[in-house]
Amino acid sequence: MVPLFACLFLMLIGLYAVVTKRNIIRIIIGFSLVEYAVNLFFTMVGFKRDALPPIITDVAQPRNFVDPLPQALVLTAIVIGLATTSMMLALAMRIYEKYRTFDITEIRRLRG
Amino acid sequence: MIELYVLLAAMLVAALVAIQIKDLLAAAVALGIVGFSIAIMFILLQAPDLAIVQIVVETLTVVFFAAVILRTTNTDTTIAGGLKRELVFPTVAYVTFGLVLLVLVGRALAELPSFGSPTMLVAREYIALGLEKTGAANVVAAIILDFRGYDTLGEVTVLFAAVVGVLTIMRRAGRKEQNSEGRD
Amino acid sequence: MRGMSSIVQQIARLLAGVLFLFGTYIVLHGHLTPGGGFAGGVLIAASFILVSLAFGSVEQTERNSYTLSSVVESLGGVLFVSLALAGYVAGTFFFQNASIYGTGNPLQLLSGGIILPANIAIGIKVGAGLFAIFLALGASRFVMKD
Repeated sequence: MVPLFACLFLMLIGLYAVVTKRNIIRIIIGFSLVEYAVNLFFTMVGFKRDALPPIITDVAQPRNFVDPLPQALVLTAIVIGLATTSMMLALAMRIYEKYRTFDITEIRRLRG
Repeated sequence: MIELYVLLAAMLVAALVAIQIKDLLAAAVALGIVGFSIAIMFILLQAPDLAIVQIVVETLTVVFFAAVILRTTNTDTTIAGGLKRELVFPTVAYVTFGLVLLVLVGRALAELPSFGSPTMLVAREYIALGLEKTGAANVVAAIILDFRGYDTLGEVTVLFAAVVGVLTIMRRAGRKEQNSEGRD
Repeated sequence: MRGMSSIVQQIARLLAGVLFLFGTYIVLHGHLTPGGGFAGGVLIAASFILVSLAFGSVEQTERNSYTLSSVVESLGGVLFVSLALAGYVAGTFFFQNASIYGTGNPLQLLSGGIILPANIAIGIKVGAGLFAIFLALGASRFVMKD
Protein backbone atom coordinates (compact mmCIF):
# COMPACT_ATOMS: atom_id res chain seq x y z
CA MET A 1 0.00 0.00 0.00
CA VAL A 2 2.95 2.34 0.43
CA PRO A 3 3.58 2.72 -3.33
CA LEU A 4 -0.07 3.72 -3.85
CA PHE A 5 0.27 6.40 -1.19
CA ALA A 6 3.44 7.66 -2.85
CA CYS A 7 1.45 8.26 -6.05
CA LEU A 8 -1.07 10.19 -4.00
CA PHE A 9 1.73 12.37 -2.58
CA LEU A 10 2.95 13.12 -6.08
CA MET A 11 -0.54 14.23 -7.01
CA LEU A 12 -0.74 16.46 -3.92
CA ILE A 13 2.61 18.07 -4.80
CA GLY A 14 1.32 18.88 -8.27
CA LEU A 15 -1.93 20.23 -6.84
CA TYR A 16 0.05 22.49 -4.50
CA ALA A 17 1.85 23.95 -7.50
CA VAL A 18 -1.44 24.59 -9.34
CA VAL A 19 -3.12 26.26 -6.35
CA THR A 20 -0.40 28.46 -4.87
CA LYS A 21 2.20 29.33 -7.48
CA ARG A 22 2.15 32.55 -9.43
CA ASN A 23 4.17 31.69 -12.51
CA ILE A 24 2.22 30.12 -15.35
CA ILE A 25 4.98 27.69 -16.30
CA ARG A 26 4.97 26.32 -12.75
CA ILE A 27 1.23 25.83 -12.92
CA ILE A 28 1.67 23.86 -16.14
CA ILE A 29 4.39 21.75 -14.47
CA GLY A 30 1.93 21.07 -11.64
CA PHE A 31 -0.72 19.86 -14.09
CA SER A 32 1.84 17.54 -15.67
CA LEU A 33 2.73 16.08 -12.27
CA VAL A 34 -0.94 15.36 -11.50
CA GLU A 35 -1.32 13.51 -14.81
CA TYR A 36 1.81 11.42 -14.24
CA ALA A 37 0.64 10.50 -10.76
CA VAL A 38 -2.72 9.26 -12.01
CA ASN A 39 -1.12 7.14 -14.76
CA LEU A 40 1.28 5.57 -12.29
CA PHE A 41 -1.54 4.83 -9.85
CA PHE A 42 -3.53 2.96 -12.49
CA THR A 43 -0.56 0.83 -13.47
CA MET A 44 0.20 -0.03 -9.86
CA VAL A 45 -3.35 -1.22 -9.26
CA GLY A 46 -2.91 -3.75 -12.05
CA PHE A 47 0.40 -5.16 -10.87
CA LYS A 48 0.72 -8.85 -10.01
CA ARG A 49 3.76 -10.19 -8.20
CA ASP A 50 6.01 -12.67 -10.05
CA ALA A 51 4.07 -12.37 -13.28
CA LEU A 52 5.18 -11.76 -16.84
CA PRO A 53 4.52 -8.80 -19.15
CA PRO A 54 1.40 -9.40 -21.25
CA ILE A 55 3.06 -10.53 -24.50
CA ILE A 56 2.35 -14.02 -25.79
CA THR A 57 5.57 -15.54 -27.10
CA ASP A 58 4.70 -19.22 -27.18
CA VAL A 59 1.18 -20.27 -28.02
CA ALA A 60 1.06 -23.38 -25.88
CA GLN A 61 2.53 -22.08 -22.63
CA PRO A 62 0.41 -21.25 -19.55
CA ARG A 63 -0.12 -17.52 -19.27
CA ASN A 64 0.57 -15.79 -15.99
CA PHE A 65 0.36 -12.12 -16.91
CA VAL A 66 -0.08 -8.85 -15.11
CA ASP A 67 -3.40 -7.14 -15.66
CA PRO A 68 -3.38 -5.77 -19.24
CA LEU A 69 -6.54 -3.68 -18.94
CA PRO A 70 -5.13 -0.75 -16.90
CA GLN A 71 -2.12 -0.72 -19.21
CA ALA A 72 -4.36 -0.28 -22.22
CA LEU A 73 -6.17 2.62 -20.55
CA VAL A 74 -2.96 4.34 -19.46
CA LEU A 75 -1.38 3.99 -22.93
CA THR A 76 -3.76 6.49 -24.49
CA ALA A 77 -3.77 8.64 -21.37
CA ILE A 78 -0.02 9.29 -21.67
CA VAL A 79 -0.31 10.61 -25.22
CA ILE A 80 -3.36 12.69 -24.33
CA GLY A 81 -1.37 14.20 -21.45
CA LEU A 82 1.27 15.33 -23.93
CA ALA A 83 -1.38 16.93 -26.16
CA THR A 84 -2.96 18.80 -23.23
CA THR A 85 0.41 20.06 -21.96
CA SER A 86 1.37 21.34 -25.40
CA MET A 87 -1.90 23.21 -25.70
CA MET A 88 -1.36 24.86 -22.31
CA LEU A 89 2.16 25.84 -23.39
CA ALA A 90 0.79 27.46 -26.56
CA LEU A 91 -1.60 29.53 -24.44
CA ALA A 92 1.27 30.52 -22.13
CA MET A 93 3.32 31.73 -25.08
CA ARG A 94 0.44 33.85 -26.33
CA ILE A 95 0.02 35.36 -22.86
CA TYR A 96 3.70 36.24 -22.74
CA GLU A 97 3.52 37.83 -26.15
CA LYS A 98 0.68 40.07 -25.07
CA TYR A 99 1.62 40.96 -21.50
CA ARG A 100 5.43 40.35 -21.45
CA THR A 101 5.20 38.52 -18.13
CA PHE A 102 4.31 35.10 -16.79
CA ASP A 103 2.98 36.39 -13.47
CA ILE A 104 -0.73 35.74 -13.15
CA THR A 105 -1.38 38.60 -10.72
CA GLU A 106 0.02 41.06 -13.27
CA ILE A 107 -2.12 39.55 -15.97
CA ARG A 108 -5.24 40.00 -13.96
CA ARG A 109 -4.49 43.65 -13.46
CA LEU A 110 -3.67 44.72 -17.01
CA ARG A 111 -6.56 45.06 -19.36
CA GLY A 112 -6.22 44.67 -23.16
CA MET B 1 11.03 -4.51 -4.48
CA ILE B 2 13.62 -2.22 -2.99
CA GLU B 3 14.25 -0.60 -6.40
CA LEU B 4 10.64 0.49 -6.54
CA TYR B 5 10.90 2.38 -3.26
CA VAL B 6 14.20 4.02 -4.24
CA LEU B 7 12.67 5.20 -7.50
CA LEU B 8 9.57 6.50 -5.72
CA ALA B 9 11.76 8.53 -3.36
CA ALA B 10 13.76 9.95 -6.30
CA MET B 11 10.52 10.85 -8.06
CA LEU B 12 9.14 12.73 -5.04
CA VAL B 13 12.39 14.65 -4.49
CA ALA B 14 12.55 15.64 -8.17
CA ALA B 15 8.91 16.79 -8.06
CA LEU B 16 9.64 19.03 -5.07
CA VAL B 17 12.64 20.47 -6.91
CA ALA B 18 10.55 21.08 -10.03
CA ILE B 19 8.05 23.27 -8.28
CA GLN B 20 10.40 25.22 -6.04
CA ILE B 21 13.54 25.99 -8.02
CA LYS B 22 13.96 29.50 -9.33
CA ASP B 23 15.33 28.79 -12.79
CA LEU B 24 12.58 27.65 -15.15
CA LEU B 25 14.82 25.57 -17.39
CA ALA B 26 16.00 23.60 -14.35
CA ALA B 27 12.36 23.01 -13.44
CA ALA B 28 11.75 21.53 -16.89
CA VAL B 29 14.75 19.23 -16.45
CA ALA B 30 13.47 18.14 -13.03
CA LEU B 31 10.14 17.30 -14.65
CA GLY B 32 12.11 15.15 -17.08
CA ILE B 33 13.67 13.31 -14.15
CA VAL B 34 10.21 12.60 -12.73
CA GLY B 35 9.07 11.23 -16.07
CA PHE B 36 12.09 8.98 -16.55
CA SER B 37 11.77 7.57 -13.03
CA ILE B 38 8.18 6.72 -13.87
CA ALA B 39 9.35 5.03 -17.08
CA ILE B 40 11.78 2.80 -15.15
CA MET B 41 9.01 2.03 -12.68
CA PHE B 42 6.83 0.92 -15.57
CA ILE B 43 9.54 -1.58 -16.51
CA LEU B 44 9.65 -2.86 -12.93
CA LEU B 45 5.86 -3.18 -12.97
CA GLN B 46 6.11 -5.43 -16.07
CA ALA B 47 4.61 -2.93 -18.53
CA PRO B 48 7.08 -2.56 -21.44
CA ASP B 49 4.52 -0.90 -23.77
CA LEU B 50 4.00 1.90 -21.30
CA ALA B 51 7.72 2.29 -20.67
CA ILE B 52 8.45 2.92 -24.36
CA VAL B 53 5.63 5.44 -24.70
CA GLN B 54 6.54 7.20 -21.45
CA ILE B 55 10.21 7.62 -22.42
CA VAL B 56 9.52 9.16 -25.82
CA VAL B 57 6.63 11.30 -24.55
CA GLU B 58 8.76 12.58 -21.68
CA THR B 59 11.56 13.54 -24.07
CA LEU B 60 9.13 15.47 -26.24
CA THR B 61 7.57 17.16 -23.19
CA VAL B 62 10.96 18.46 -22.05
CA VAL B 63 11.70 19.62 -25.63
CA PHE B 64 8.39 21.52 -25.80
CA PHE B 65 8.97 23.12 -22.40
CA ALA B 66 12.49 24.13 -23.44
CA ALA B 67 11.18 25.58 -26.72
CA VAL B 68 8.71 27.79 -24.85
CA ILE B 69 11.13 28.79 -22.05
CA LEU B 70 14.03 29.61 -24.36
CA ARG B 71 11.87 31.80 -26.51
CA THR B 72 10.45 33.82 -23.66
CA THR B 73 12.19 34.16 -20.34
CA ASN B 74 14.56 32.08 -18.30
CA THR B 75 14.11 32.94 -14.69
CA ASP B 76 11.09 33.14 -12.49
CA THR B 77 10.76 36.68 -11.26
CA THR B 78 7.78 36.07 -9.01
CA ILE B 79 9.46 34.34 -6.11
CA ALA B 80 9.95 36.75 -3.23
CA GLY B 81 10.60 35.74 0.34
CA GLY B 82 8.02 35.62 3.07
CA LEU B 83 4.39 34.70 3.33
CA LYS B 84 2.09 36.92 1.36
CA ARG B 85 -1.39 37.74 2.50
CA GLU B 86 -3.07 36.50 -0.63
CA LEU B 87 -1.47 33.08 -0.16
CA VAL B 88 -3.12 32.35 3.18
CA PHE B 89 -6.52 31.32 1.91
CA PRO B 90 -5.32 28.99 -0.89
CA THR B 91 -2.86 27.29 1.46
CA VAL B 92 -5.47 26.71 4.17
CA ALA B 93 -7.96 25.39 1.63
CA TYR B 94 -5.33 23.12 0.12
CA VAL B 95 -4.26 21.69 3.51
CA THR B 96 -7.87 20.97 4.45
CA PHE B 97 -8.54 19.30 1.14
CA GLY B 98 -5.32 17.30 1.42
CA LEU B 99 -6.15 15.94 4.86
CA VAL B 100 -9.70 14.99 3.88
CA LEU B 101 -8.39 13.31 0.72
CA LEU B 102 -5.77 11.33 2.64
CA VAL B 103 -8.33 10.03 5.13
CA LEU B 104 -10.80 9.02 2.45
CA VAL B 105 -8.18 7.44 0.21
CA GLY B 106 -6.81 5.50 3.17
CA ARG B 107 -10.21 4.01 3.83
CA ALA B 108 -10.77 3.27 0.13
CA LEU B 109 -7.39 1.61 -0.33
CA ALA B 110 -8.04 -0.67 2.61
CA GLU B 111 -10.91 -2.22 0.67
CA LEU B 112 -9.00 -2.74 -2.56
CA PRO B 113 -7.05 -5.99 -3.01
CA SER B 114 -3.55 -5.58 -1.67
CA PHE B 115 -0.71 -4.34 -3.84
CA GLY B 116 0.46 -7.21 -6.01
CA SER B 117 -2.62 -9.37 -6.33
CA PRO B 118 -5.34 -7.87 -8.50
CA THR B 119 -8.71 -9.48 -9.08
CA MET B 120 -8.54 -9.46 -12.91
CA LEU B 121 -12.14 -10.42 -13.54
CA VAL B 122 -12.40 -9.04 -17.06
CA ALA B 123 -8.77 -9.41 -18.02
CA ARG B 124 -8.87 -13.17 -17.54
CA GLU B 125 -11.24 -13.38 -20.52
CA TYR B 126 -9.05 -11.08 -22.61
CA ILE B 127 -5.91 -13.08 -21.90
CA ALA B 128 -7.50 -16.46 -22.49
CA LEU B 129 -9.36 -15.58 -25.68
CA GLY B 130 -7.17 -12.81 -27.07
CA LEU B 131 -5.04 -14.82 -29.43
CA GLU B 132 -7.88 -16.84 -30.90
CA LYS B 133 -10.25 -13.93 -31.37
CA THR B 134 -7.91 -11.30 -32.74
CA GLY B 135 -4.73 -13.07 -33.80
CA ALA B 136 -2.45 -10.54 -32.12
CA ALA B 137 0.24 -11.76 -29.74
CA ASN B 138 0.47 -8.46 -27.86
CA VAL B 139 -2.52 -8.53 -25.53
CA VAL B 140 -2.39 -4.77 -24.86
CA ALA B 141 -2.49 -3.98 -28.61
CA ALA B 142 -5.40 -6.40 -29.01
CA ILE B 143 -7.25 -4.63 -26.22
CA ILE B 144 -6.74 -1.09 -27.47
CA LEU B 145 -7.47 -1.84 -31.10
CA ASP B 146 -10.05 -4.56 -30.94
CA PHE B 147 -11.79 -5.06 -27.61
CA ARG B 148 -11.80 -1.39 -26.64
CA GLY B 149 -11.48 0.23 -30.04
CA TYR B 150 -13.85 3.07 -29.19
CA ASP B 151 -11.40 4.42 -26.64
CA THR B 152 -8.74 4.64 -29.34
CA LEU B 153 -11.20 6.43 -31.60
CA GLY B 154 -11.80 8.96 -28.82
CA GLU B 155 -8.05 9.39 -28.34
CA VAL B 156 -7.55 10.03 -32.06
CA THR B 157 -10.23 12.72 -31.86
CA VAL B 158 -8.63 14.36 -28.83
CA LEU B 159 -5.23 14.42 -30.50
CA PHE B 160 -6.73 15.98 -33.61
CA ALA B 161 -8.48 18.64 -31.51
CA ALA B 162 -5.22 19.43 -29.69
CA VAL B 163 -3.27 19.87 -32.93
CA VAL B 164 -5.98 22.11 -34.42
CA GLY B 165 -6.08 24.08 -31.16
CA VAL B 166 -2.33 24.68 -31.01
CA LEU B 167 -2.13 25.68 -34.69
CA THR B 168 -5.03 28.10 -34.21
CA ILE B 169 -3.61 29.67 -31.05
CA MET B 170 -0.19 30.21 -32.59
CA ARG B 171 -1.46 31.62 -35.85
CA ARG B 172 -0.28 35.11 -36.63
CA ALA B 173 -2.76 37.92 -36.32
CA GLY B 174 -3.86 39.53 -39.59
CA ARG B 175 -2.13 42.87 -39.17
CA LYS B 176 1.26 41.43 -38.35
CA GLU B 177 1.16 39.20 -41.41
CA GLN B 178 0.66 42.22 -43.62
CA ASN B 179 3.57 44.03 -41.99
CA SER B 180 6.06 41.20 -42.33
CA GLU B 181 4.99 40.43 -45.86
CA GLY B 182 5.56 44.05 -46.77
CA ARG B 183 9.02 43.89 -45.28
CA ASP B 184 10.11 40.64 -46.93
CA MET C 1 18.09 28.83 -33.42
CA ARG C 2 20.48 29.02 -36.33
CA GLY C 3 21.42 25.36 -36.54
CA MET C 4 24.11 23.75 -34.50
CA SER C 5 27.82 23.05 -34.97
CA SER C 6 29.05 20.64 -37.60
CA ILE C 7 29.62 17.80 -35.14
CA VAL C 8 25.97 17.89 -34.16
CA GLN C 9 24.96 18.07 -37.80
CA GLN C 10 27.00 15.01 -38.73
CA ILE C 11 25.58 12.97 -35.88
CA ALA C 12 22.05 14.16 -36.63
CA ARG C 13 22.46 13.12 -40.24
CA LEU C 14 23.38 9.60 -39.12
CA LEU C 15 20.88 9.29 -36.32
CA ALA C 16 17.77 10.65 -38.04
CA GLY C 17 17.58 7.77 -40.49
CA VAL C 18 18.10 5.19 -37.74
CA LEU C 19 15.41 6.81 -35.57
CA PHE C 20 12.92 6.89 -38.41
CA LEU C 21 13.59 3.26 -39.28
CA PHE C 22 13.29 2.17 -35.66
CA GLY C 23 10.02 4.04 -35.26
CA THR C 24 8.62 2.36 -38.35
CA TYR C 25 9.75 -1.03 -37.02
CA ILE C 26 7.93 -0.43 -33.73
CA VAL C 27 4.76 0.59 -35.58
CA LEU C 28 4.78 -2.39 -37.93
CA HIS C 29 5.45 -4.96 -35.20
CA GLY C 30 2.91 -3.48 -32.82
CA HIS C 31 0.89 -6.66 -32.56
CA LEU C 32 3.88 -8.89 -31.79
CA THR C 33 6.22 -6.92 -29.54
CA PRO C 34 5.62 -4.08 -27.11
CA GLY C 35 5.08 -0.72 -28.70
CA GLY C 36 2.44 -0.16 -31.30
CA GLY C 37 1.18 2.89 -33.12
CA PHE C 38 1.61 5.48 -30.38
CA ALA C 39 5.20 4.77 -29.42
CA GLY C 40 6.34 4.44 -33.03
CA GLY C 41 4.50 7.59 -34.09
CA VAL C 42 6.14 9.67 -31.38
CA LEU C 43 9.57 8.30 -32.39
CA ILE C 44 8.94 9.28 -36.02
CA ALA C 45 8.03 12.79 -34.88
CA ALA C 46 11.23 12.88 -32.81
CA SER C 47 13.36 12.08 -35.85
CA PHE C 48 11.84 14.97 -37.80
CA ILE C 49 12.31 17.30 -34.83
CA LEU C 50 15.97 16.28 -34.61
CA VAL C 51 16.58 17.16 -38.25
CA SER C 52 14.82 20.49 -38.00
CA LEU C 53 16.67 21.46 -34.83
CA ALA C 54 20.14 20.45 -35.98
CA PHE C 55 20.03 22.05 -39.40
CA GLY C 56 18.54 25.29 -38.23
CA SER C 57 15.44 25.33 -40.31
CA VAL C 58 13.02 25.86 -37.44
CA GLU C 59 13.01 29.64 -37.69
CA GLN C 60 12.87 29.81 -41.47
CA THR C 61 10.08 27.30 -41.77
CA GLU C 62 7.53 28.35 -44.31
CA ARG C 63 3.86 28.15 -43.66
CA ASN C 64 3.71 25.30 -46.17
CA SER C 65 5.60 23.01 -43.84
CA TYR C 66 3.12 23.04 -41.13
CA THR C 67 0.21 23.01 -43.48
CA LEU C 68 1.68 19.84 -44.98
CA SER C 69 2.11 18.27 -41.55
CA SER C 70 -1.44 18.96 -40.52
CA VAL C 71 -2.77 17.64 -43.85
CA VAL C 72 -0.83 14.39 -43.38
CA GLU C 73 -2.16 14.13 -39.85
CA SER C 74 -5.73 14.51 -41.02
CA LEU C 75 -5.13 11.85 -43.66
CA GLY C 76 -3.99 9.47 -40.93
CA GLY C 77 -7.15 10.15 -38.99
CA VAL C 78 -9.32 9.59 -42.06
CA LEU C 79 -7.52 6.30 -42.71
CA PHE C 80 -8.22 5.13 -39.16
CA VAL C 81 -11.92 5.96 -39.35
CA SER C 82 -12.28 4.33 -42.74
CA LEU C 83 -10.71 1.16 -41.34
CA ALA C 84 -13.28 1.24 -38.59
CA LEU C 85 -16.01 1.70 -41.17
CA ALA C 86 -14.73 -1.29 -43.13
CA GLY C 87 -16.40 -3.60 -40.66
CA TYR C 88 -19.63 -1.72 -41.23
CA VAL C 89 -19.32 -2.03 -44.99
CA ALA C 90 -18.82 -5.79 -44.79
CA GLY C 91 -22.14 -6.23 -43.10
CA THR C 92 -21.33 -6.59 -39.40
CA PHE C 93 -20.72 -4.14 -36.57
CA PHE C 94 -18.67 -0.97 -36.61
CA PHE C 95 -15.07 -1.82 -35.71
CA GLN C 96 -15.53 -5.54 -36.13
CA ASN C 97 -12.18 -7.15 -36.63
CA ALA C 98 -11.17 -10.64 -37.19
CA SER C 99 -14.22 -12.61 -38.10
CA ILE C 100 -14.37 -11.11 -41.56
CA TYR C 101 -10.80 -10.40 -42.49
CA GLY C 102 -9.21 -13.56 -41.19
CA THR C 103 -6.60 -13.76 -38.49
CA GLY C 104 -3.75 -15.42 -40.36
CA ASN C 105 -1.18 -17.46 -38.52
CA PRO C 106 -0.42 -16.20 -35.03
CA LEU C 107 3.02 -14.69 -34.39
CA GLN C 108 3.59 -13.82 -38.05
CA LEU C 109 3.79 -10.28 -39.36
CA LEU C 110 0.60 -10.49 -41.43
CA SER C 111 -1.74 -11.56 -38.67
CA GLY C 112 -4.30 -9.90 -36.54
CA GLY C 113 -6.86 -8.71 -39.09
CA ILE C 114 -7.32 -5.00 -38.93
CA ILE C 115 -4.75 -4.34 -36.20
CA LEU C 116 -1.76 -3.83 -38.51
CA PRO C 117 -3.32 -1.17 -40.80
CA ALA C 118 -4.82 0.54 -37.74
CA ASN C 119 -1.37 0.75 -36.15
CA ILE C 120 0.04 2.30 -39.32
CA ALA C 121 -2.76 4.88 -39.42
CA ILE C 122 -2.21 5.81 -35.79
CA GLY C 123 1.55 6.05 -36.33
CA ILE C 124 1.12 8.46 -39.24
CA LYS C 125 -1.39 10.53 -37.31
CA VAL C 126 0.56 10.84 -34.08
CA GLY C 127 3.86 11.50 -35.84
CA ALA C 128 2.60 14.23 -38.14
CA GLY C 129 0.48 15.81 -35.41
CA LEU C 130 3.31 16.11 -32.90
CA PHE C 131 5.66 17.53 -35.55
CA ALA C 132 3.04 20.15 -36.42
CA ILE C 133 2.72 21.08 -32.74
CA PHE C 134 6.50 21.44 -32.43
CA LEU C 135 6.66 23.68 -35.50
CA ALA C 136 3.88 25.86 -34.14
CA LEU C 137 5.56 26.21 -30.75
CA GLY C 138 9.05 26.75 -32.10
CA ALA C 139 8.73 28.54 -35.38
CA SER C 140 5.74 30.79 -35.41
CA ARG C 141 6.58 34.43 -36.12
CA PHE C 142 6.73 35.81 -32.68
CA VAL C 143 8.07 38.83 -30.92
CA MET C 144 11.47 37.74 -29.65
CA LYS C 145 12.62 38.57 -26.15
CA ASP C 146 14.63 41.77 -25.98
